[in-house]
Amino acid sequence: MKRKLVVIGAGMASGRLLEQVFEAAPDAWPDAWDVTLFNAEPRGNYNRLMLSPVLSGEKTYDQIVTHDAAWYAAHGVDCRFGEPVVRIDRANRVVYSNAGGAPYDALVIATGSAPFIIPVPGRDLPGVVSYRDLDDTQAMMDTAGKDAVVIGGGLLGLEAAAGMAARGARVTVIHLMGHLMERQLDPAAGYLLQRDLERRGITVHCKGATKAILGHDRAEAVLLEDGTVYPADLVCMAVGIRPETRLAVDAHLEVERGIVVDDALRTSDPAIFALGECVEHRGQVFGLVAPLYDQAKVLAQTLLDGNAAFAPVQTATKLKVTGCDLYSAGDFADAPGREDIVFRDPGRGIYKRLVLENDRIVGVVMYGDTADGAWFYGLMKDGTDIGPMRDTLIFGPAFQGGAAPDPMAAVAALPPEAEICGCNGVSKGTILDAVAGGACTLDAMRACTKASASCGTCTGLVQQVMALALGGEVQDAPAGMCKCTDHSHEDVRRLIRAMGLKSIPAVMQDLGWKSVGGCHSCRPALNYYLLAEYPLEYRDDRQSRFVNERNHANIQKDGTYSVVPRMWGGVTTPSELRAIADAAEKYDVPMVKVTGGQRIDLLGVRKEDLPRMWADLNAAGLVSGHAYSKGLRTVKTCVGSQFCRFGTQDSTGLGIRLEQVLWGSWTPHKVKLGVSGCPRNCAEATCKDVGIVCVDSGYQISVAGAAGMEVKETEPLATAATEDEAVAVVTAFVQLYRENARYLHRPHKWVARVGMDWVRAQIEDPAIRAALIERFEISQSVYRRDPWADLSTPSETPRWAPLADLTLEAAE
Amino acid sequence: MTLLIDIGSLDDIPRQGARLVKTVQGCIAVFRTADDRVFALDDRCPHKGGPLSEGIVHGDRVTCPLHNWVFDLNSGQAQGADEGSVQTFAAKVQGGRVLIDAGLIRRSAAA
Repeated sequence: MKRKLVVIGAGMASGRLLEQVFEAAPDAWPDAWDVTLFNAEPRGNYNRLMLSPVLSGEKTYDQIVTHDAAWYAAHGVDCRFGEPVVRIDRANRVVYSNAGGAPYDALVIATGSAPFIIPVPGRDLPGVVSYRDLDDTQAMMDTAGKDAVVIGGGLLGLEAAAGMAARGARVTVIHLMGHLMERQLDPAAGYLLQRDLERRGITVHCKGATKAILGHDRAEAVLLEDGTVYPADLVCMAVGIRPETRLAVDAHLEVERGIVVDDALRTSDPAIFALGECVEHRGQVFGLVAPLYDQAKVLAQTLLDGNAAFAPVQTATKLKVTGCDLYSAGDFADAPGREDIVFRDPGRGIYKRLVLENDRIVGVVMYGDTADGAWFYGLMKDGTDIGPMRDTLIFGPAFQGGAAPDPMAAVAALPPEAEICGCNGVSKGTILDAVAGGACTLDAMRACTKASASCGTCTGLVQQVMALALGGEVQDAPAGMCKCTDHSHEDVRRLIRAMGLKSIPAVMQDLGWKSVGGCHSCRPALNYYLLAEYPLEYRDDRQSRFVNERNHANIQKDGTYSVVPRMWGGVTTPSELRAIADAAEKYDVPMVKVTGGQRIDLLGVRKEDLPRMWADLNAAGLVSGHAYSKGLRTVKTCVGSQFCRFGTQDSTGLGIRLEQVLWGSWTPHKVKLGVSGCPRNCAEATCKDVGIVCVDSGYQISVAGAAGMEVKETEPLATAATEDEAVAVVTAFVQLYRENARYLHRPHKWVARVGMDWVRAQIEDPAIRAALIERFEISQSVYRRDPWADLSTPSETPRWAPLADLTLEAAE
Repeated sequence: MTLLIDIGSLDDIPRQGARLVKTVQGCIAVFRTADDRVFALDDRCPHKGGPLSEGIVHGDRVTCPLHNWVFDLNSGQAQGADEGSVQTFAAKVQGGRVLIDAGLIRRSAAA
């Protein structure tokens, strides 16, 4: 009979444990064990070390998920996420959540740690969070423009502060001790760190003891013992963590600071194991990821009836505060018999300190330049006698033994067994083997060895080892437009023009594509470059288009589509509205929504209904709104002089005219326009790709605005005296963008590359402007037509439905 | 030998594209490569359930339209660092017709 393994807690330690058992015994394990995984958080395992990049916006939650639903499903793990375990019944070997019990033959407790909450009044108010999981992180991501106070100036607190500051919050850090990160940094390095943080707008209050968190319904401010009050919409308590042992205590397992385990990770009950931050092993508790992964390895062996013993090894604390370069390892408290070697360069903000005892390094603190950290750490770990090189030791490996100051020398000198990635236990030898096996980019290295894939602090070192083997620089990604080619976007475009390449296969053949048929990133780009270069000869390749452009509708997360009819300049009529309403009812549209671009969005349409719906809308005179395309999207307008008492020109009319000139054209990325009838700018024209503000004397045309991930005001391009001239300037600008920008660059990104002066010079030159407009019109002679009409013909419509329906045959 | 069933003409599937087949076991995506090979896979990305039939087909791979996971059409295995797989079914072209695993008309897959 299969035995039952129950795991409490889906964190990094238990995640690695499950990986280890599945990998070690891919066939034997599933036959022998059923696995049930409880997690209090309503989600599976993600890389907790990466919460800071999520907070600062460098990564998304999806990017830090380490095991997704498919992984658990593939390995037959019964996931009980969002179900905290409330009790362990050791006598009957059952764990209970509020949803019921789960029997076990072996139980693994991996509950991790809990944040320490200081017992001050107001600690339970809404708006007081810790920094442990994704929910905390999400609360902190929401602080833009607000006041946030972080209590605790340790590693975690400073990550929280730096992250919220990056999100635009006004952040204050309150720290009880005399300088920041006093456990890892000495006062000098702590001061440099404080200065860097203050330069980034973060207020630091050291020697500050929190007295209370003030507020009625939610946190409003933090009061210190010295009477200082800091306003706070959000308070983050990051004063420390302690092992989460409540379940084990209640079950009467032996618990000291953590759950006590032996070398095989067994608790005082032989059927119960524990690993991770919740355990105590030989008097030691653990907070870094490397020993947790070691524990996972050992416990996997134990569960597979093998023999392994956990023996913790010393680990350097490579610290990471977003945007600050610091490194600390070992012990650097003052003690008799200890000496310091210190290097300071205050102008550049560099500080290095080595703590020596009997001519051996026992501690390293570095700030501002941490390149030699690994070398010092190696000397410390090996107990190397540094006497002979003491004079030049602080300058690093480059200055030892008369060797040339080659930054690679230190890396070259490392033995193959030297550990490069502490998190994942990857040695130099493993990396060299992977390079020999073809892993030539950082991504590939991460994929096959996991080196630098957890906390990322060793990325530079991994790259150096790879560079050593490859004999050159290693880049994050190949310089080419994608992994299929080493040519850049600009080069590919130039070569298409120069070599007269007129099809995707021709480009791939003549430019030496490394893949068969390209990939999802180069195919759409090539298709665009070709149709922009040869509008009359090249035929658009639908199969090289992203789904939205291939199906002329936006795909939604559930596989349905959204349909947006064009409303020229945002103007519609009662009969158009009636046709839209009819279509919405006829095709059971679950949501009808007004868009930001003054259009109506019909959401949740089934693919097979698209052509029929389009035909109905076409019959009422409505055409595609191209809400899905890298092309002209919308021209947003205000009512202008026709109705508005402030309007200076007919902004609505100009908007409609521009939309009729530009619609249907494909561009490198989407293009949105706005036309406002006066400087009050009701059409919000000055954050569009092209914005026109009407004034008494004419039309002010500005370009390269943004209101998406970035927000940017437009820059002036030209002033036009007449409507005709305004249309000409805008048309020429769009064509210049079409001919020169890299695929997927919005106008503001492209203008930033080529410079506004250059763009202005092209548009101002009458001959260049006229040629641009002529080329645009040639292209529009092909593309200024409604794709919905083309695709809703009787011959096309059946292609949108399934090819066959075998459910009917099954029923027979 | 796997029993196959005729589901339509090869011309009904665009090159470097796919068409759907509804079965009692869910929707199956039938892909056609640039060199006229066909593959039948579950039309559901193991990541977030994206419709693989709407992905860009390149070589004998397809990229999920929702979050760019890439799958090998031969094995159904996710490529690169992503982990997961999609069920594959027997499929072939014979005399311009596309045939797929007849087991798909039954309630449960043949063992």
